[in-house]
Amino acid sequence: MTQKILADHAGLGSVKPGQLIQAKVDLVLGNDITAPVAVKRFEEAGLSSVFSRDRIALVMDHFTPNKDIKAAQQCKCVREFARKHGIINFFDVGQMGIEHALLPEKGLVVPGGLYIGADSHTCTYGALGAFSTGVGSTDMAAAMARGTCWFKVPGALRFRLHGKPKKWVSGKDVILTIIGITGVDGARYKSMEFCGDGLINLTEDDRLCMANMAIEAGAKNGIFEVDGVTLRYVKSHSKKPYRIFKADEDAEYEKTYDIDLGKIEPTVAFPHLPSNTHPVSECKNIKIDQAVIGSCTNGRIEDLRTAAEIIGGRKVAPGVRCIIIPATQRIYMQAMEEGLLKAFVEAGCAVSTPTCGPCLGGHMGVLAEGERAVSTTNRNFVGRMGHTKSEVYLASPAVAAASAIAGRIAEPDEVTGRGNQQ
Amino acid sequence: MKLCGKVFRYGDNVDTDVIIPARYLNTSDPKELASHCMEDIDAGFAKEVRPGDIIAAGKNFGCGSSREHAPIAIKAAGISCVIAATFARIFYRNSINIGLPILECPEAAESIRAGDEVEADLKTGAIRDITLGRTYRSEPFPEFIEKIIESGGLMNAIAAHRI
Repeated sequence: MTQKILADHAGLGSVKPGQLIQAKVDLVLGNDITAPVAVKRFEEAGLSSVFSRDRIALVMDHFTPNKDIKAAQQCKCVREFARKHGIINFFDVGQMGIEHALLPEKGLVVPGGLYIGADSHTCTYGALGAFSTGVGSTDMAAAMARGTCWFKVPGALRFRLHGKPKKWVSGKDVILTIIGITGVDGARYKSMEFCGDGLINLTEDDRLCMANMAIEAGAKNGIFEVDGVTLRYVKSHSKKPYRIFKADEDAEYEKTYDIDLGKIEPTVAFPHLPSNTHPVSECKNIKIDQAVIGSCTNGRIEDLRTAAEIIGGRKVAPGVRCIIIPATQRIYMQAMEEGLLKAFVEAGCAVSTPTCGPCLGGHMGVLAEGERAVSTTNRNFVGRMGHTKSEVYLASPAVAAASAIAGRIAEPDEVTGRGNQQ
Repeated sequence: MKLCGKVFRYGDNVDTDVIIPARYLNTSDPKELASHCMEDIDAGFAKEVRPGDIIAAGKNFGCGSSREHAPIAIKAAGISCVIAATFARIFYRNSINIGLPILECPEAAESIRAGDEVEADLKTGAIRDITLGRTYRSEPFPEFIEKIIESGGLMNAIAAHRI
Protein backbone atom coordinates (compact mmCIF):
# COMPACT_ATOMS: atom_id res chain seq x y z
CA MET A 1 0.00 0.00 0.00
CA THR A 2 2.75 2.42 1.05
CA GLN A 3 4.83 1.73 -2.03
CA LYS A 4 1.82 2.30 -4.31
CA ILE A 5 1.00 5.67 -2.74
CA LEU A 6 4.64 6.77 -2.96
CA ALA A 7 4.93 5.67 -6.60
CA ASP A 8 1.70 7.51 -7.43
CA HIS A 9 2.91 10.76 -5.85
CA ALA A 10 6.36 10.46 -7.44
CA GLY A 11 4.83 9.98 -10.89
CA LEU A 12 6.40 6.54 -11.20
CA GLY A 13 4.85 3.24 -12.27
CA SER A 14 6.31 1.42 -9.31
CA VAL A 15 9.01 1.82 -6.66
CA LYS A 16 11.29 -0.57 -4.79
CA PRO A 17 12.41 -0.54 -1.15
CA GLY A 18 15.59 1.51 -0.76
CA GLN A 19 14.87 3.68 -3.80
CA LEU A 20 15.32 7.44 -3.26
CA ILE A 21 12.45 9.43 -4.74
CA GLN A 22 11.04 12.96 -4.84
CA ALA A 23 7.29 12.95 -4.28
CA LYS A 24 4.51 15.53 -4.22
CA VAL A 25 2.94 16.11 -0.84
CA ASP A 26 -0.78 16.74 -0.38
CA LEU A 27 -0.33 18.50 2.95
CA VAL A 28 2.56 19.64 5.09
CA LEU A 29 2.07 20.15 8.83
CA GLY A 30 3.96 21.98 11.55
CA ASN A 31 3.34 22.95 15.17
CA ASP A 32 4.46 25.68 17.56
CA ILE A 33 7.74 23.88 18.30
CA THR A 34 8.81 22.71 14.86
CA ALA A 35 7.29 25.42 12.65
CA PRO A 36 9.37 28.30 14.09
CA VAL A 37 12.54 26.47 13.00
CA ALA A 38 10.99 25.85 9.57
CA VAL A 39 9.96 29.51 9.26
CA LYS A 40 13.52 30.53 10.10
CA ARG A 41 14.93 28.16 7.47
CA PHE A 42 12.35 29.37 4.93
CA GLU A 43 13.26 32.99 5.50
CA GLU A 44 17.03 32.46 5.73
CA ALA A 45 16.92 30.80 2.32
CA GLY A 46 15.30 33.97 0.96
CA LEU A 47 12.12 32.17 -0.13
CA SER A 48 9.21 34.49 -0.70
CA SER A 49 6.16 32.34 -1.34
CA VAL A 50 4.60 29.05 -0.26
CA PHE A 51 3.61 26.37 -2.77
CA SER A 52 -0.02 26.41 -1.68
CA ARG A 53 -2.10 28.33 0.86
CA ASP A 54 -4.41 25.46 1.64
CA ARG A 55 -1.96 22.56 1.67
CA ILE A 56 -0.07 23.76 4.71
CA ALA A 57 -1.43 23.24 8.22
CA LEU A 58 -0.02 25.08 11.21
CA VAL A 59 -1.33 23.99 14.61
CA MET A 60 -0.41 25.77 17.84
CA ASP A 61 -0.78 22.82 20.20
CA HIS A 62 2.37 21.92 22.11
CA PHE A 63 3.06 24.74 24.57
CA THR A 64 -0.33 26.45 24.23
CA PRO A 65 -2.08 28.33 25.69
CA ASN A 66 1.44 29.67 25.96
CA LYS A 67 3.27 28.39 28.99
CA ASP A 68 5.93 31.09 29.10
CA ILE A 69 7.32 34.10 27.25
CA LYS A 70 9.61 32.09 24.99
CA ALA A 71 6.77 29.78 23.94
CA ALA A 72 4.63 32.86 23.26
CA GLN A 73 7.37 34.29 21.04
CA GLN A 74 7.48 31.04 19.09
CA CYS A 75 3.72 31.08 18.47
CA LYS A 76 3.92 34.73 17.47
CA CYS A 77 6.50 33.88 14.85
CA VAL A 78 4.23 31.22 13.33
CA ARG A 79 1.14 33.42 13.59
CA GLU A 80 2.90 36.17 11.64
CA PHE A 81 4.10 33.73 9.01
CA ALA A 82 0.56 32.34 8.63
CA ARG A 83 -0.86 35.85 8.22
CA LYS A 84 1.83 36.94 5.78
CA HIS A 85 1.33 33.94 3.52
CA GLY A 86 -2.43 33.64 3.96
CA ILE A 87 -2.24 30.09 5.34
CA ILE A 88 -5.81 28.85 5.43
CA ASN A 89 -5.34 25.95 7.84
CA PHE A 90 -3.82 27.88 10.70
CA PHE A 91 -5.27 26.76 14.02
CA ASP A 92 -4.69 28.89 17.10
CA VAL A 93 -5.98 28.71 20.66
CA GLY A 94 -9.77 28.50 20.60
CA GLN A 95 -9.97 26.59 17.33
CA MET A 96 -7.03 24.31 17.66
CA GLY A 97 -6.78 20.78 18.88
CA ILE A 98 -3.87 18.40 19.11
CA GLU A 99 -2.71 18.24 15.49
CA HIS A 100 -3.10 14.50 14.89
CA ALA A 101 -6.61 14.45 16.31
CA LEU A 102 -7.50 17.72 14.57
CA LEU A 103 -6.48 17.04 10.98
CA PRO A 104 -8.55 13.85 10.51
CA GLU A 105 -11.48 15.50 12.32
CA LYS A 106 -11.33 18.54 10.00
CA GLY A 107 -11.26 16.20 7.00
CA LEU A 108 -7.87 17.48 5.84
CA VAL A 109 -6.44 13.98 5.47
CA VAL A 110 -8.09 11.23 3.42
CA PRO A 111 -7.25 7.77 2.01
CA GLY A 112 -4.51 7.66 -0.63
CA GLY A 113 -3.01 11.03 0.30
CA LEU A 114 0.64 11.74 1.05
CA TYR A 115 1.19 13.82 4.16
CA ILE A 116 4.29 14.96 5.95
CA GLY A 117 4.54 16.80 9.22
CA ALA A 118 7.30 18.18 11.36
CA ASP A 119 6.15 15.99 14.21
CA SER A 120 7.01 12.35 14.64
CA HIS A 121 3.42 11.28 15.28
CA THR A 122 2.32 12.45 11.83
CA CYS A 123 2.19 8.73 11.05
CA THR A 124 -1.31 8.81 12.64
CA TYR A 125 -3.13 9.40 9.32
CA GLY A 126 -2.13 5.97 8.09
CA ALA A 127 -5.25 4.88 9.99
CA LEU A 128 -7.18 6.32 7.04
CA GLY A 129 -5.20 4.44 4.40
CA ALA A 130 -2.91 7.40 3.65
CA PHE A 131 0.88 7.57 3.62
CA SER A 132 1.95 9.95 6.34
CA THR A 133 5.21 10.36 8.12
CA GLY A 134 7.13 12.64 10.42
CA VAL A 135 9.96 14.77 9.11
CA GLY A 136 12.07 17.61 10.46
CA SER A 137 11.69 21.35 10.28
CA THR A 138 14.01 21.72 7.30
CA ASP A 139 12.00 19.17 5.34
CA MET A 140 8.92 21.15 6.31
CA ALA A 141 10.48 24.41 5.08
CA ALA A 142 11.51 22.84 1.77
CA ALA A 143 8.05 21.28 1.34
CA MET A 144 6.30 24.57 2.14
CA ALA A 145 8.31 26.13 -0.69
CA ARG A 146 8.23 23.35 -3.23
CA GLY A 147 5.39 21.00 -2.34
CA THR A 148 7.75 18.05 -2.55
CA CYS A 149 9.88 15.94 -0.23
CA TRP A 150 12.58 13.30 -0.70
CA PHE A 151 11.93 9.79 0.57
CA LYS A 152 13.68 6.49 0.77
CA VAL A 153 11.06 3.88 -0.10
CA PRO A 154 10.52 1.65 2.95
CA GLY A 155 10.20 -2.10 2.98
CA ALA A 156 7.00 -3.42 4.55
CA LEU A 157 6.08 -5.48 7.62
CA ARG A 158 2.63 -7.00 7.62
CA PHE A 159 0.50 -7.28 10.76
CA ARG A 160 -2.48 -9.58 10.20
CA LEU A 161 -5.00 -8.97 12.94
CA HIS A 162 -7.45 -11.69 13.84
CA GLY A 163 -10.35 -12.05 16.23
CA LYS A 164 -12.02 -9.60 18.56
CA PRO A 165 -10.55 -7.68 21.50
CA LYS A 166 -11.94 -8.39 24.97
CA LYS A 167 -13.77 -5.82 27.06
CA TRP A 168 -11.42 -2.96 28.12
CA VAL A 169 -8.89 -3.85 25.42
CA SER A 170 -8.42 -0.98 22.97
CA GLY A 171 -6.17 -0.02 20.07
CA LYS A 172 -3.66 1.22 22.65
CA ASP A 173 -3.27 -2.25 24.15
CA VAL A 174 -2.91 -3.74 20.68
CA ILE A 175 -0.18 -1.35 19.57
CA LEU A 176 1.68 -1.57 22.90
CA THR A 177 1.60 -5.36 22.58
CA ILE A 178 2.95 -5.13 19.03
CA ILE A 179 5.74 -2.74 20.09
CA GLY A 180 6.55 -5.18 22.89
CA ILE A 181 7.07 -7.82 20.19
CA THR A 182 9.00 -5.72 17.65
CA GLY A 183 10.98 -3.57 20.09
CA VAL A 184 11.50 0.17 19.63
CA ASP A 185 13.54 -0.31 16.47
CA GLY A 186 11.96 -3.48 15.09
CA ALA A 187 10.22 -1.56 12.32
CA ARG A 188 12.97 1.04 11.84
CA TYR A 189 12.73 2.66 8.38
CA LYS A 190 9.87 0.31 7.50
CA SER A 191 6.19 0.54 6.83
CA MET A 192 3.86 -1.27 9.26
CA GLU A 193 0.85 -2.43 7.29
CA PHE A 194 -2.23 -3.52 9.22
CA CYS A 195 -4.80 -5.85 7.69
CA GLY A 196 -6.76 -9.01 8.48
CA ASP A 197 -10.21 -10.18 9.50
CA GLY A 198 -9.87 -8.60 12.93
CA LEU A 199 -9.78 -5.05 11.51
CA ILE A 200 -13.56 -4.86 11.53
CA ASN A 201 -13.42 -5.10 15.34
CA LEU A 202 -11.26 -2.00 15.66
CA THR A 203 -12.95 1.39 15.58
CA GLU A 204 -11.46 4.33 13.70
CA ASP A 205 -10.31 5.83 17.02
CA ASP A 206 -8.54 2.52 17.81
CA ARG A 207 -6.80 2.64 14.44
CA LEU A 208 -5.76 6.29 14.78
CA CYS A 209 -4.20 5.40 18.13
CA MET A 210 -2.35 2.41 16.64
CA ALA A 211 -1.02 4.20 13.55
CA ASN A 212 0.00 7.07 15.86
CA MET A 213 2.43 4.81 17.73
CA ALA A 214 4.01 3.15 14.68
CA ILE A 215 6.92 5.55 15.22
CA GLU A 216 7.51 3.99 18.65
CA ALA A 217 8.47 0.78 16.83
CA GLY A 218 10.80 2.92 14.70
CA ALA A 219 8.53 2.75 11.64
CA LYS A 220 8.44 5.29 8.86
CA ASN A 221 4.68 4.91 8.73
CA GLY A 222 1.81 2.71 9.81
CA ILE A 223 -1.02 2.13 7.37
CA PHE A 224 -4.40 0.40 7.57
CA GLU A 225 -6.30 -1.27 4.78
CA VAL A 226 -9.32 0.88 3.93
CA ASP A 227 -12.67 -0.71 4.80
CA GLY A 228 -16.22 0.30 5.66
CA VAL A 229 -15.15 1.67 9.05
CA THR A 230 -12.61 3.98 7.39
CA LEU A 231 -15.03 5.13 4.71
CA ARG A 232 -17.78 5.91 7.20
CA TYR A 233 -15.30 8.09 9.10
CA VAL A 234 -13.95 9.79 5.99
CA LYS A 235 -17.37 10.51 4.50
CA SER A 236 -18.63 12.03 7.72
CA HIS A 237 -15.58 14.28 8.10
CA SER A 238 -14.35 15.23 4.63
CA LYS A 239 -15.53 16.31 1.22
CA LYS A 240 -12.09 15.82 -0.33
CA PRO A 241 -11.67 13.25 -3.08
CA TYR A 242 -9.88 10.13 -1.90
CA ARG A 243 -8.29 7.06 -3.46
CA ILE A 244 -8.10 3.55 -2.10
CA PHE A 245 -4.82 1.70 -2.60
CA LYS A 246 -4.90 -2.01 -1.91
CA ALA A 247 -1.93 -4.30 -1.41
CA ASP A 248 -1.41 -6.76 -4.28
CA GLU A 249 -2.14 -10.43 -3.62
CA ASP A 250 1.55 -11.17 -4.13
CA ALA A 251 2.90 -8.06 -2.36
CA GLU A 252 6.28 -8.67 -0.72
CA TYR A 253 6.70 -8.30 3.00
CA GLU A 254 9.92 -8.56 4.95
CA LYS A 255 7.99 -10.25 7.72
CA THR A 256 4.41 -11.13 8.61
CA TYR A 257 3.11 -11.11 12.17
CA ASP A 258 -0.18 -12.76 13.09
CA ILE A 259 -1.81 -11.09 16.04
CA ASP A 260 -4.80 -12.61 17.84
CA LEU A 261 -6.72 -9.62 19.20
CA GLY A 262 -8.69 -11.90 21.50
CA LYS A 263 -5.55 -12.86 23.43
CA ILE A 264 -4.40 -9.32 24.13
CA GLU A 265 -4.69 -8.13 27.74
CA PRO A 266 -4.83 -4.52 28.89
CA THR A 267 -1.14 -3.65 28.53
CA VAL A 268 1.22 -1.27 30.32
CA ALA A 269 4.65 -0.09 29.11
CA PHE A 270 6.99 0.36 32.05
CA PRO A 271 9.72 3.02 32.12
CA HIS A 272 11.74 3.91 30.10
CA LEU A 273 10.81 2.41 26.74
CA PRO A 274 7.43 1.91 25.05
CA SER A 275 8.54 -1.66 24.27
CA ASN A 276 8.89 -2.55 27.95
CA THR A 277 5.38 -3.99 28.07
CA HIS A 278 3.59 -6.10 30.69
CA PRO A 279 -0.04 -7.19 31.09
CA VAL A 280 -1.74 -4.97 33.66
CA SER A 281 -2.41 -8.06 35.76
CA GLU A 282 1.35 -8.15 36.50
CA CYS A 283 1.27 -4.65 37.95
CA LYS A 284 1.33 -5.23 41.68
CA ASN A 285 1.04 -2.23 43.92
CA ILE A 286 2.63 0.35 41.60
CA LYS A 287 1.46 3.53 43.33
CA ILE A 288 0.92 6.62 41.22
CA ASP A 289 1.00 10.37 41.82
CA GLN A 290 -0.63 11.37 38.55
CA ALA A 291 -2.84 10.01 35.79
CA VAL A 292 -3.00 11.72 32.40
CA ILE A 293 -5.75 10.93 29.91
CA GLY A 294 -5.33 12.73 26.60
CA SER A 295 -2.77 13.39 23.82
CA CYS A 296 -2.64 12.69 20.08
CA THR A 297 -2.65 9.00 21.00
CA ASN A 298 -5.67 8.84 23.33
CA GLY A 299 -7.56 12.11 23.63
CA ARG A 300 -10.43 11.18 21.33
CA ILE A 301 -14.10 10.91 22.23
CA GLU A 302 -14.12 7.12 22.65
CA ASP A 303 -11.15 7.43 25.00
CA LEU A 304 -13.05 9.92 27.14
CA ARG A 305 -16.20 7.79 27.09
CA THR A 306 -14.22 4.79 28.32
CA ALA A 307 -12.56 6.88 31.03
CA ALA A 308 -15.94 8.29 32.12
CA GLU A 309 -17.43 4.81 32.29
CA ILE A 310 -14.86 3.98 34.96
CA ILE A 311 -14.41 7.35 36.68
CA GLY A 312 -18.09 8.42 36.67
CA GLY A 313 -19.72 8.21 40.09
CA ARG A 314 -16.40 7.46 41.80
CA LYS A 315 -13.66 9.63 43.32
CA VAL A 316 -10.04 10.02 42.30
CA ALA A 317 -7.86 8.43 44.98
CA PRO A 318 -6.43 10.80 47.60
CA GLY A 319 -2.93 11.89 46.59
CA VAL A 320 -3.52 11.34 42.87
CA ARG A 321 -3.82 14.16 40.35
CA CYS A 322 -5.94 13.09 37.41
CA ILE A 323 -5.62 15.34 34.37
CA ILE A 324 -7.98 14.91 31.44
CA ILE A 325 -7.34 16.66 28.14
CA PRO A 326 -9.86 16.34 25.30
CA ALA A 327 -7.76 16.47 22.13
CA THR A 328 -9.82 19.00 20.16
CA GLN A 329 -12.44 21.67 20.74
CA ARG A 330 -15.05 19.48 19.04
CA ILE A 331 -14.22 16.53 21.29
CA TYR A 332 -14.34 18.90 24.28
CA MET A 333 -17.81 20.06 23.24
CA GLN A 334 -18.99 16.54 22.59
CA ALA A 335 -17.70 15.40 25.99
CA MET A 336 -19.51 18.32 27.58
CA GLU A 337 -22.80 17.51 25.84
CA GLU A 338 -22.54 13.86 26.81
CA GLY A 339 -21.95 14.80 30.44
CA LEU A 340 -18.48 13.29 30.52
CA LEU A 341 -16.77 16.46 31.71
CA LYS A 342 -19.23 16.79 34.58
CA ALA A 343 -18.49 13.23 35.63
CA PHE A 344 -14.74 13.95 35.54
CA VAL A 345 -14.93 17.16 37.54
CA GLU A 346 -17.27 15.61 40.11
CA ALA A 347 -14.77 12.79 40.55
CA GLY A 348 -12.00 15.30 41.26
CA CYS A 349 -10.24 15.34 37.88
CA ALA A 350 -8.76 18.47 36.30
CA VAL A 351 -10.06 19.01 32.77
CA SER A 352 -7.95 21.10 30.40
CA THR A 353 -8.33 22.84 27.07
CA PRO A 354 -6.61 20.87 24.26
CA THR A 355 -2.80 20.84 24.52
CA CYS A 356 0.09 18.39 24.15
CA GLY A 357 1.40 19.90 27.42
CA PRO A 358 2.19 17.10 29.89
CA CYS A 359 3.02 14.40 27.30
CA LEU A 360 6.40 15.98 26.68
CA GLY A 361 6.85 17.58 30.09
CA GLY A 362 5.92 20.99 28.72
CA HIS A 363 3.23 22.19 31.11
CA MET A 364 -0.15 21.16 32.60
CA GLY A 365 1.21 18.26 34.63
CA VAL A 366 5.00 18.19 34.85
CA LEU A 367 6.39 15.58 37.27
CA ALA A 368 8.72 16.24 40.22
CA GLU A 369 11.69 14.09 41.26
CA GLY A 370 10.61 10.60 42.26
CA GLU A 371 7.01 10.99 41.05
CA ARG A 372 5.22 8.40 39.00
CA ALA A 373 2.48 8.80 36.39
CA VAL A 374 0.30 6.47 34.42
CA SER A 375 -0.42 8.12 31.11
CA THR A 376 -2.29 7.45 27.89
CA THR A 377 0.44 9.28 25.95
CA ASN A 378 3.03 7.64 23.71
CA ARG A 379 6.49 7.93 25.25
CA ASN A 380 8.01 7.06 28.60
CA PHE A 381 11.63 8.02 27.98
CA VAL A 382 13.82 9.35 30.80
CA GLY A 383 12.54 12.79 31.78
CA ARG A 384 9.76 12.77 29.19
CA MET A 385 7.13 14.17 31.56
CA GLY A 386 9.40 16.15 33.84
CA HIS A 387 12.24 15.36 36.24
CA THR A 388 14.79 12.81 35.03
CA LYS A 389 14.02 10.79 38.14
CA SER A 390 10.29 10.65 37.45
CA GLU A 391 8.57 7.69 35.82
CA VAL A 392 5.89 7.30 33.15
CA TYR A 393 3.86 4.11 32.67
CA LEU A 394 2.02 4.06 29.34
CA ALA A 395 -1.47 2.58 29.25
CA SER A 396 -4.94 2.79 27.73
CA PRO A 397 -7.61 5.24 28.91
CA ALA A 398 -9.38 2.37 30.72
CA VAL A 399 -6.27 1.43 32.72
CA ALA A 400 -5.33 5.06 33.38
CA ALA A 401 -8.86 5.80 34.62
CA ALA A 402 -8.95 2.72 36.83
CA SER A 403 -5.52 3.62 38.21
CA ALA A 404 -6.64 7.16 39.03
CA ILE A 405 -9.45 5.71 41.17
CA ALA A 406 -7.34 2.97 42.76
CA GLY A 407 -4.27 5.14 43.41
CA ARG A 408 -2.08 2.47 41.86
CA ILE A 409 -1.91 0.86 38.45
CA ALA A 410 -5.10 -1.17 38.32
CA GLU A 411 -7.26 -3.29 36.06
CA PRO A 412 -10.54 -1.66 35.06
CA ASP A 413 -12.57 -4.54 36.52
CA GLU A 414 -10.99 -4.10 39.95
CA VAL A 415 -12.56 -0.67 40.05
CA THR A 416 -15.88 -1.35 38.35
CA GLY A 417 -16.32 -4.63 40.17
CA ARG A 418 -17.50 -6.34 37.00
CA GLY A 419 -16.26 -9.53 35.40
CA ASN A 420 -14.60 -9.27 32.01
CA GLN A 421 -17.10 -11.59 30.35
CA GLN A 422 -19.23 -8.81 28.86
CA MET B 1 35.77 16.14 4.15
CA LYS B 2 37.84 14.71 7.06
CA LEU B 3 36.73 15.12 10.64
CA CYS B 4 38.75 14.42 13.75
CA GLY B 5 38.08 14.56 17.47
CA LYS B 6 37.71 12.94 20.85
CA VAL B 7 34.83 10.51 21.36
CA PHE B 8 31.80 10.81 23.64
CA ARG B 9 30.31 7.34 23.91
CA TYR B 10 26.65 6.35 24.50
CA GLY B 11 24.53 3.18 24.36
CA ASP B 12 21.48 2.03 22.38
CA ASN B 13 18.24 3.95 21.79
CA VAL B 14 19.52 7.41 22.70
CA ASP B 15 16.27 9.33 22.22
CA THR B 16 15.77 12.95 21.23
CA ASP B 17 14.20 13.67 24.63
CA VAL B 18 17.60 13.11 26.25
CA ILE B 19 19.56 14.75 23.43
CA ILE B 20 17.56 17.91 24.05
CA PRO B 21 14.80 17.73 26.69
CA ALA B 22 11.43 19.21 25.68
CA ARG B 23 11.61 21.71 28.55
CA TYR B 24 14.16 23.62 26.45
CA LEU B 25 12.16 23.54 23.23
CA ASN B 26 10.70 26.96 23.90
CA THR B 27 13.69 28.27 21.97
CA SER B 28 15.30 27.36 18.68
CA ASP B 29 18.54 29.26 19.35
CA PRO B 30 21.35 26.76 18.52
CA LYS B 31 23.71 28.04 21.24
CA GLU B 32 21.08 27.83 23.95
CA LEU B 33 20.05 24.35 22.80
CA ALA B 34 23.71 23.28 22.77
CA SER B 35 24.13 24.35 26.38
CA HIS B 36 21.55 21.68 27.41
CA CYS B 37 22.58 19.01 24.91
CA MET B 38 22.71 15.48 26.42
CA GLU B 39 22.11 16.97 29.87
CA ASP B 40 19.73 14.22 31.03
CA ILE B 41 22.16 11.35 30.35
CA ASP B 42 25.52 13.12 30.54
CA ALA B 43 25.46 16.25 32.67
CA GLY B 44 29.10 17.08 31.86
CA PHE B 45 28.75 16.91 28.07
CA ALA B 46 28.05 20.57 27.28
CA LYS B 47 31.02 21.71 29.39
CA GLU B 48 33.52 19.12 28.21
CA VAL B 49 32.79 18.98 24.49
CA ARG B 50 35.33 20.67 22.20
CA PRO B 51 34.86 21.69 18.56
CA GLY B 52 35.46 18.69 16.32
CA ASP B 53 34.60 16.03 18.91
CA ILE B 54 32.67 12.98 17.84
CA ILE B 55 29.72 11.05 19.32
CA ALA B 56 29.76 7.25 19.01
CA ALA B 57 26.67 5.28 20.02
CA GLY B 58 24.81 1.99 19.64
CA LYS B 59 21.67 1.26 17.68
CA ASN B 60 18.65 3.46 16.95
CA PHE B 61 20.39 6.74 17.82
CA GLY B 62 17.98 9.69 17.80
CA CYS B 63 14.76 7.73 18.22
CA GLY B 64 11.55 9.43 19.33
CA SER B 65 10.43 12.94 18.57
CA SER B 66 11.07 14.59 15.21
CA ARG B 67 12.57 17.67 16.85
CA GLU B 68 15.27 19.05 14.59
CA HIS B 69 16.50 20.79 17.73
CA ALA B 70 18.31 17.50 18.54
CA PRO B 71 20.81 17.50 15.65
CA ILE B 72 20.93 21.31 15.86
CA ALA B 73 21.98 21.08 19.52
CA ILE B 74 24.60 18.43 18.74
CA LYS B 75 26.01 20.42 15.83
CA ALA B 76 26.04 23.70 17.76
CA ALA B 77 27.80 21.97 20.67
CA GLY B 78 30.73 21.49 18.28
CA ILE B 79 30.28 17.81 17.45
CA SER B 80 31.67 17.20 13.96
CA CYS B 81 30.17 13.78 13.34
CA VAL B 82 27.94 11.13 14.93
CA ILE B 83 28.87 7.48 14.40
CA ALA B 84 26.27 4.88 15.40
CA ALA B 85 25.38 1.26 14.71
CA THR B 86 22.06 2.52 13.30
CA PHE B 87 20.06 5.75 13.36
CA ALA B 88 16.36 6.39 13.80
CA ARG B 89 15.06 7.63 10.48
CA ILE B 90 13.79 11.13 11.28
CA PHE B 91 17.00 11.96 13.12
CA TYR B 92 18.91 10.60 10.13
CA ARG B 93 17.18 12.88 7.64
CA ASN B 94 17.20 15.86 9.97
CA SER B 95 20.97 15.54 10.40
CA ILE B 96 21.51 15.44 6.65
CA ASN B 97 19.12 18.32 6.13
CA ILE B 98 20.98 20.58 8.58
CA GLY B 99 24.42 19.42 7.49
CA LEU B 100 25.45 17.34 10.52
CA PRO B 101 27.57 14.45 9.23
CA ILE B 102 26.46 11.03 10.47
CA LEU B 103 27.94 7.63 9.72
CA GLU B 104 26.28 4.25 10.19
CA CYS B 105 28.83 1.57 11.10
CA PRO B 106 27.97 -1.21 13.59
CA GLU B 107 31.61 -2.41 13.85
CA ALA B 108 33.00 1.04 14.65
CA ALA B 109 30.09 1.76 16.98
CA GLU B 110 30.85 -1.38 18.96
CA SER B 111 34.62 -0.94 19.30
CA ILE B 112 35.21 2.77 19.69
CA ARG B 113 35.67 3.74 23.35
CA ALA B 114 34.95 6.94 25.21
CA GLY B 115 37.90 9.32 24.91
CA ASP B 116 39.43 7.70 21.80
CA GLU B 117 40.77 9.97 19.06
CA VAL B 118 38.79 9.20 15.92
CA GLU B 119 39.04 10.43 12.34
CA ALA B 120 36.17 10.12 9.87
CA ASP B 121 36.43 10.60 6.11
CA LEU B 122 33.01 11.41 4.65
CA LYS B 123 34.16 10.95 1.08
CA THR B 124 35.26 7.32 1.51
CA GLY B 125 33.25 6.40 4.59
CA ALA B 126 36.48 5.38 6.40
CA ILE B 127 36.46 5.68 10.20
CA ARG B 128 39.90 5.48 11.87
CA ASP B 129 40.28 4.98 15.63
CA ILE B 130 43.71 6.56 16.09
CA THR B 131 43.94 5.49 19.76
CA LEU B 132 43.22 1.83 18.98
CA GLY B 133 44.93 1.90 15.56
CA ARG B 134 41.90 0.36 13.83
CA THR B 135 40.04 1.36 10.67
CA TYR B 136 36.40 0.66 9.81
CA ARG B 137 34.36 1.18 6.65
CA SER B 138 30.94 2.75 6.50
CA GLU B 139 28.82 3.22 3.42
CA PRO B 140 29.62 6.66 1.90
CA PHE B 141 26.66 8.91 1.04
CA PRO B 142 25.24 9.12 -2.47
CA GLU B 143 26.29 12.29 -4.29
CA PHE B 144 23.14 14.33 -3.70
CA ILE B 145 23.34 13.76 0.04
CA GLU B 146 27.01 14.69 0.04
CA LYS B 147 26.11 17.95 -1.72
CA ILE B 148 23.53 18.72 0.96
CA ILE B 149 26.09 18.17 3.74
CA GLU B 150 28.80 20.14 1.94
CA SER B 151 26.39 23.02 1.39
CA GLY B 152 25.69 23.05 5.13
CA GLY B 153 22.16 21.68 4.76
CA LEU B 154 19.16 21.20 2.48
CA MET B 155 18.03 24.84 2.36
CA ASN B 156 21.51 26.05 1.43
CA ALA B 157 21.72 23.38 -1.22
CA ILE B 158 18.33 24.45 -2.61
CA ALA B 159 19.30 28.14 -2.50
CA ALA B 160 22.55 27.38 -4.33
CA HIS B 161 20.66 25.20 -6.85
CA ARG B 162 22.94 22.30 -6.08
CA ILE B 163 20.15 19.76 -5.88
